[in-house]
Amino acid sequence: MTTTTAPKPAPEGSASLRELLQTNDAKRRRTDVTMRVLITAAFVLAMLPLLSLTYTVVSQGIGRLDGYFLMNSMRGVFGGMDAGGIYHAIVGTLQITLFAALISVPIGLLTAIYLVEYGGGKPLAKTVTFLVDVMTGIPSIVAGLFAYALFALLLGPGAKFGFIGSVALSVLMIPVVIRSSEEMLRLVPNELREASLALGVPRWLTILKVVLRTSVAGLTTGVMLAIARVIGETAPLLLTVGVIDSINFNLFEGRMMTLPVYVYRQYAQGLVPCSADDAACIPDINIQRAWAAALTLFLIVMLLNLIGRLVTRWFAPKIR
Amino acid sequence: MAQRIDVKDLNIFYGSFKAVADVNMTIEPRSVTAFIGPSGCGKSTFLRTLNRMHEVIPGARVEGTVAVEGVDLYGSEIDPVAVRRQVGMVFQRPNPFPTMSIAENVLAGIRLNNRKMSKSEGQDLVEQSLRGANLWNEVKDRLDRPGSGLSGGQQQRLCIARAIAVKPQVLLMDEPCSALDPISTLAIEDLIAELKSQYTIVIVTHNMQQAARVSEKTAFFNIAGTGQPGRLIEIDDTATMFSSPKEQATEDYISGRFG
Repeated sequence: MTTTTAPKPAPEGSASLRELLQTNDAKRRRTDVTMRVLITAAFVLAMLPLLSLTYTVVSQGIGRLDGYFLMNSMRGVFGGMDAGGIYHAIVGTLQITLFAALISVPIGLLTAIYLVEYGGGKPLAKTVTFLVDVMTGIPSIVAGLFAYALFALLLGPGAKFGFIGSVALSVLMIPVVIRSSEEMLRLVPNELREASLALGVPRWLTILKVVLRTSVAGLTTGVMLAIARVIGETAPLLLTVGVIDSINFNLFEGRMMTLPVYVYRQYAQGLVPCSADDAACIPDINIQRAWAAALTLFLIVMLLNLIGRLVTRWFAPKIR
Repeated sequence: MAQRIDVKDLNIFYGSFKAVADVNMTIEPRSVTAFIGPSGCGKSTFLRTLNRMHEVIPGARVEGTVAVEGVDLYGSEIDPVAVRRQVGMVFQRPNPFPTMSIAENVLAGIRLNNRKMSKSEGQDLVEQSLRGANLWNEVKDRLDRPGSGLSGGQQQRLCIARAIAVKPQVLLMDEPCSALDPISTLAIEDLIAELKSQYTIVIVTHNMQQAARVSEKTAFFNIAGTGQPGRLIEIDDTATMFSSPKEQATEDYISGRFG
């Protein structure tokens, strides 16, 4: 039936059907428009702080972020000097986070394997799940206090070095790794496990070569998210690792600087009182350094995410 | 070579629930035995006890004996992993490994077990197994493509190739055609007819024409009601089962008056 022709006198039956099919439900249309507007508004509202944050960090931090800033520490830098950098903080953050991951990933992954492959509703599995849920909610400062107290017991009070920070971060990281790995392992279809077992493959090889291999992409994403979660932690590191102005590569001795703590320290120092005749003095140098360090942290997390995505792409099961 | 299976007084449990009771049967070598019966009557459960896949499910256990050539598979010194290498299995839904290519899927039984195999031996085994599963001509040009890119029927034949690549004595098939179209089903049935010269084959099917077409012996399982264990009602030559079964229940089921 064409719609362009002038309305022919339609038979009685089709006219009533036409009316039924054309029902103009004004209420439904209003609800539709309202919900559309609300959903779009919620999306915009969620995006606004994100875009604003990105813009602010980039615009404020880009000015001071250069090779010199990345390659130098704060040793011997004082007042409004146009100098100083974050090399020591980058070293600290990368080492401490790497060690936290080295502790958390094996523990977290093995726990997740236990829960999914061996737990099967046993009381121990239920207890572990409950404790993991509790651990997820631990405030980061409490994790810091825990690590501090643990090492105070072992080494005497006042011990501060990078590895304690790694332990504190791993307390925060382990539940995240367990949770995400558990979800990923559960996504592996049971049929694949059975297919492998039915071929006469022992259980441990089935888990290693079928279950883990199939879910490696998701596991990587989970670990990356967990790292992103802890790399910006400030409070526990301030407590367990302390602050320092010079470079320290040794995770097991002496204080270390980390990026979040560096940002906090610089910002807390605030404006520098410059005398009028000192042209080299920059009053807001500390603030500038804080923003540039924040931007660096931002970029490191982005880089990690990018690597995670690439790993995901390399290992994802291919369809064709 | 193909082997004979004797099942004696077999009871199968899921926890405290008795799923299958008192099964006694002999499965002849180099022949096809079909299991038929209504859903939930324990055919698949029983099939899975024949290669100890049953105990993969938590809480599942078995009483009685399943003897292959006189060796009880449930003896105390028997390794279930070794049993599964002797008694292969094909599942209802095709389940090729998604992370592996077609060739890797065929070699999965060897590769996943960390067994070393030279490249040429591997290639020979891939060709031999895929030819054995009537799939070689369709996939020989794309052995390095993922197995999940094949059609459902091809995937199922890939799974059969994977199962026969570990050179089992017995091949169990759990409704291998239920997810396939009639053409693919025909291909699998032709394959079963070829494979029975070398293997003892046990197939679970819901399709009675299929049981009649492919099998020498047919076993009928039934269940008295919900919560009751499934039982083996009758096992006999397929021709006899479909023409003049001894039990009324079998006749009712086969003629479609029930179930």
